[in-house]
Amino acid sequence: MNETAVLERLRTALPTGALITQPAAMRPYEADGLTALREMPWAVALPGTEDEVRAALRICRTEGVPLVPRGAGTGLSGGARPVRGGLVLGLSKLNRILEVDVHNCVARVQPGVRNLAISEAVAEHGLYYAPDPSSQLACSIGGNVAENSGGVHCLKYGLTVHNVLGLKVETIEGRTLELGGKGFDYPGYDLLALLCGSEGMLGVVTEVTVRLLPQPPEKVVLLAAFRSLEAAAGAVARMIGEGVIPAGLEMMDALAVQATEDFAQAGYPRDAAAILLCELDGDADEVRTLQAYARRLFEEAGAYQIQQADDAEERERLWRGRKAAFPAMGRIAADYYCMDGTIPRTALVEVLNGVSALSKRFGLAVANVFHAGDGNLHPLILYDASQAGQLESAEALGGEILKLCVKAGGTVTGEHGVGAEKLNQMCVQFGPDELAQFERVKEAFDPKRLLNPGKAIPTLSRCAEVGGMHVHGGELPFPKMERF
Amino acid sequence: MRDEAVRLVETVRRAGAEGRRLVIVGSGSKAGKGQGVRGSFASGQPMASAQPAVLASGSDAPDALETMPVGDHAGIIDHRPEELVLTARCGTALKDVDALLAQHRQHLPFEPPMLDGGGTLGGAVATGWSGPGRPWRGSVRDAVLGVEMVNGLGQRLKFGGQVMKNVAGYDLSRLQAGAWGSLGALLSVSLRLSPMPYVERNCRLPCSADQALAWMRTWARGFSPISATCYQDGLLDVRLSGPEAAVQAAAARIGGELSSDLGHWSALRDWALPIFHGVGDGGAAQRRGGKGAAEKGVGGGVAREAEDGAALWRIHCAPAAPLPPGRCLVEWAGARRWWRTNAPPEAVHAYAKTAAGVAVLAHCAPDFNAPIMARLKQAFDPNRVLNPHLSHGNPVQ
Repeated sequence: MNETAVLERLRTALPTGALITQPAAMRPYEADGLTALREMPWAVALPGTEDEVRAALRICRTEGVPLVPRGAGTGLSGGARPVRGGLVLGLSKLNRILEVDVHNCVARVQPGVRNLAISEAVAEHGLYYAPDPSSQLACSIGGNVAENSGGVHCLKYGLTVHNVLGLKVETIEGRTLELGGKGFDYPGYDLLALLCGSEGMLGVVTEVTVRLLPQPPEKVVLLAAFRSLEAAAGAVARMIGEGVIPAGLEMMDALAVQATEDFAQAGYPRDAAAILLCELDGDADEVRTLQAYARRLFEEAGAYQIQQADDAEERERLWRGRKAAFPAMGRIAADYYCMDGTIPRTALVEVLNGVSALSKRFGLAVANVFHAGDGNLHPLILYDASQAGQLESAEALGGEILKLCVKAGGTVTGEHGVGAEKLNQMCVQFGPDELAQFERVKEAFDPKRLLNPGKAIPTLSRCAEVGGMHVHGGELPFPKMERF
Repeated sequence: MRDEAVRLVETVRRAGAEGRRLVIVGSGSKAGKGQGVRGSFASGQPMASAQPAVLASGSDAPDALETMPVGDHAGIIDHRPEELVLTARCGTALKDVDALLAQHRQHLPFEPPMLDGGGTLGGAVATGWSGPGRPWRGSVRDAVLGVEMVNGLGQRLKFGGQVMKNVAGYDLSRLQAGAWGSLGALLSVSLRLSPMPYVERNCRLPCSADQALAWMRTWARGFSPISATCYQDGLLDVRLSGPEAAVQAAAARIGGELSSDLGHWSALRDWALPIFHGVGDGGAAQRRGGKGAAEKGVGGGVAREAEDGAALWRIHCAPAAPLPPGRCLVEWAGARRWWRTNAPPEAVHAYAKTAAGVAVLAHCAPDFNAPIMARLKQAFDPNRVLNPHLSHGNPVQ
């Protein structure tokens, strides 16, 4: 391609200042929240309208330029890392709330609208948007769709896919797809569900219709401290098994509790082997019933201390520690690497013990702060990138942890996505036929493979190379394929 | 109760190799649910005698299609109550699933219809038909955690898993919900379960249709233990689920007649209320009806009620949109309407459009013919081996 001519076409199609090509100005786009993976983009386009998005896509298609859609850049798996020689399509300027439809309990928003801004805009009507990833202050709804983001409250209220009713999507082929609407379950293939979590590989979202829920009138947060991980995990299994679904159910281990207390002074018991934070919500009668039940359950499971927060200030105190857990890690270690595997809840103890053994083997500390209610682990591997070999050790340890998750019947990513980070682990989770099926789905939307190439789905040759490929009955799949 | 997966995979692979086409048949409970469906869920009848109304091309003519019964591939594979997860083979009868879960005070959150009291888990997922609690408890697709399936190439594939959160690869498991087996034959599914509520009661109050819709929308904006709403023929039913105190308090606010009889909700779920007559009885009315019982019409064949000739339409729309004239059952807090009408299809579609929605005949398979859908079909089943009659299969449009 004639680079100058393509840039000129883009410049003509976009308003002044919406095409960035100076390396210094492009530096913020080199990486997303996974800063270890960097690549300088060829150019950055910041369209402000749907028409400009369509124009940029058309130019990329006709000129064969790969492009990486980008939301707020808070993703943790390198999904928005640029590709060499490719365009970054930043959607942050598409940031308008188009409609708040109180009667239908929906909001129609552009993809660059921040997650929390939706709830703020509808709060006066007693409504809110439920998924609350920890980055909700900054992350955009378009990015949430791309990653199918969860959050602390998704145990009860579901993931992004459960809370999005409609999408407008531009395909690289120049089609506009209008999926879903203001109601539920529009007939036909569920493309909306397919687009959620597709990591910008299938299309560019230009409009999102989100479902709004009534704010629960009552909330109670309980903190239960345990002398062993087993006891805390047992309480989680029993609570879910007996049919109590809290709004959120979080666990922190001893290292996480201590680091957090030093940092945020939330009043957590420093001598606990594990604590559970449990938020119950609903109307007043419901919360009263659930709260009495949960207290009794925690006591029976061996909790030696229970704190209860009824008012907003106390609730804020108990959550403050959990929310400060990541920055607290930044104080006790030079760097940390956040993992994201999901396992069956009943395998919690087995996997946490496995993580602890791996931590000793690799000589790197691991703190655990995670969504226990839905089995979504976030082991934080503490390391120092300035020490030779530690980054590599941290990555290797992370890979081993994810293998442990798959072995326990889980997955290599619960909510952060595969991105550029977990391609090798995908080879552990899927066999060649599944990977080939993913490829054909990609081809149905993007036959030239221009959208976010090289992310989310590993190639078969990559899997053969890393040695993670499934081998059935001693027979190598695709025996004639070259391996190098 | 046996594992037939190897045989089913081989059946598909061979059919593909020999250029044969297969129609997937579960228990047959959805047989006769109108011409659009008959091909895919034939009730033990071979396709050749079912005379489907819409077929794509000469090569998809009835005599080119064979049935692939999958009902024998049945049995619960795994149920761990403390995980709230069930994995079962697709031929497993819904009533067996219900019975097992009830022992643990759990249920399928999406309340699939048990038409004629039957139906399989695979059929429930394939049709994607969610029950009365959908806005509060989620859809079929929402509950899908993972699937094992055989695609049109005869490859046995596993997507998703048994865990609550999973974003590894494209979500090809949820895509199977509502795909009517046209992307692959389901072998087993893993589903998220939900606990049964402590108590469940019904409130019934007389009111007009517009009043009912207004209340439904007001309640949707406030927190309450409401788990289903249904209006028809001058009566509004409200299902309340939760702890006793919360249910009692809500019942007092709503008013009306409080009852522990929940028969209305299972009848609505199973399409057994009078408005469903002629489609909710396994097509018996249509089979009896002879001339005029089933007529070919726009968009896949119109099933007509034997008695008055009116068609039953299912409309998924913006919940607060104004109601259509005439006989209409309103549920899902307004978001789903069952409209029994003699209006021509164009008029029904025009109404649906004004309601920001889509209308389909109550029991019919949806239209899978949009270009991107045809391409997806091609991605899973390039030789159109599985349920080929559900789309015309032309991705280049």
